[in-house]
Amino acid sequence: MTESTVVELDSLEKSFRTSTGVVAAVRGVDLSIRAGEIVALLGPNGAGKSTTIDLLLGLTQPDAGTVRLLGRPPHEATAAGAVGVMLQTGSLLRDLSVRELVTMMAALYPAPLGVQEVLQLVGIEPIADRRTQKLSGGETQRVRFALALVSNPPLLVLDEPTVALDVESRHAFWVTMREFAARGTTVLFATHMLEEADAQADRAVLIAEGRVVADAPTNEIKAMAGRRTIRATLPGVPLTGLVLPGVAGADRRGDTVILRCTDADLALRALLDAFPEARGIELEGAGLEQAFLELTRAAA
Amino acid sequence: MKTSTFVRYELIRSVRNRRFLVFTVGFPLVLYFLIATPNRDEHDLGGSGISAPLYFMVGLAALGTMNAVVGGGARITLERVGGWTRQLRLTPLGARVYLGTKVAAAYLSAAFTIVALYAAGISLGVSMSAARWLEMTSLLLVGLLPFAALGIMLGHLIGPEALGPTIGGMSALLGFLGGVWFPLGDGVMHDIAQALPSFWLVQASHVSLGGEGWSATGWLVIGAWTVALSVLAAYAYRRDTARA
Repeated sequence: MTESTVVELDSLEKSFRTSTGVVAAVRGVDLSIRAGEIVALLGPNGAGKSTTIDLLLGLTQPDAGTVRLLGRPPHEATAAGAVGVMLQTGSLLRDLSVRELVTMMAALYPAPLGVQEVLQLVGIEPIADRRTQKLSGGETQRVRFALALVSNPPLLVLDEPTVALDVESRHAFWVTMREFAARGTTVLFATHMLEEADAQADRAVLIAEGRVVADAPTNEIKAMAGRRTIRATLPGVPLTGLVLPGVAGADRRGDTVILRCTDADLALRALLDAFPEARGIELEGAGLEQAFLELTRAAA
Repeated sequence: MKTSTFVRYELIRSVRNRRFLVFTVGFPLVLYFLIATPNRDEHDLGGSGISAPLYFMVGLAALGTMNAVVGGGARITLERVGGWTRQLRLTPLGARVYLGTKVAAAYLSAAFTIVALYAAGISLGVSMSAARWLEMTSLLLVGLLPFAALGIMLGHLIGPEALGPTIGGMSALLGFLGGVWFPLGDGVMHDIAQALPSFWLVQASHVSLGGEGWSATGWLVIGAWTVALSVLAAYAYRRDTARA
């Protein structure tokens, strides 16, 4: 591990016993994040994102593997106040105003930001004197974000931070996050939205069925996940004949050929030129779900 | 890290919760006037040698503070279910400060109950030397220790939906066996009661007789319950925070 590695997950595994048997939520996750990176932990619901984050924070003990945050075990890093966290769900302490709650939590840390500064940064100054139990869902979420930032942490961990927000607040949230991250903070956030990972992170770690299936800069991930697919009924043509412009790979299921495209428009023209007899042509956008399936299959 | 700021806001919170305050202060106060006013001229309640206004003053202060202290700790369950405790675990706040703050907040609401009932008692003619008031108050505060531990234990063991029935039922039973409503006299009931901490809270009223408020048995019973319930509370806390 180098000096600048902020998060280091090594072969993490975690299973849970449920009424229907043992569920392996995390099956060998490796992840290394350097200082200053903004990384998205991207995956569909149930992929193991939240469990990975719980393990990372030391809220859950792994069955196997190790976690190091800033070179220390997670409980030491959090006890030192080095990790700002926004968990997926969580209420606020009631019977206090927003300002009082932020002040109270700031007092727990060795070198917090100024309370006023945080209120302004997150845009909750107008509601600073309101009691926490009287806030809307979006306002509560912003206060929780303020609580994650107030310690001025070198590492920020956000679990699906925008899930409860409308489009406008979502946008405002990311503007604030980037503004804060510009100070050199390392950020890891979980999301199930590709667009969010693409727009906000430098790098995306795709997780599916408890495994990392891809770990790459977000533009590469987007290219992988953004691929479109052409299906056509085309009996008797060997796969080798389907290496066409704009096609990344070809498969056959009976009479149907499936072309994974880097450029679907180009590929479609080339297909019709080469095989005018092709019928039942369908063009599919490979959504994130499909990209996950392909990547998962590739990783298995 | 300024722990005092954290503690201060926890205390402010406990006072701001009106419903909780009304219940822990108002309820015993109303009961006191209902039961003590008709008996205000009774100077030897049930052969105890203690006047009715004093006996019920301490009895209801015991009941009220018991509810305040157990309820204060048990409200941890609400923060736990809401996910707040998980958030706190990711801060530098240590278990000792966290639990200590909860106990302090619970004692603060108990202090309101004590002051309100003393004022009510004085209005019905209770009078003692300052030293006796002080001694009695000290005994009440010490006698509440096992209940503070009990509250924290319940806060980490039971869910919010069980909070009301558990505390209500327990305080009714402990109050009755503690002799809040009338002196228990001699017999089996008295023997059972003597083993319970609530009994000794009410016995703090014995300071008015001039002797010691608690016998050696009293100190032993309170001490034993405090130790036992603190161990259980610490266990419940650890078990609760290790999970998730």
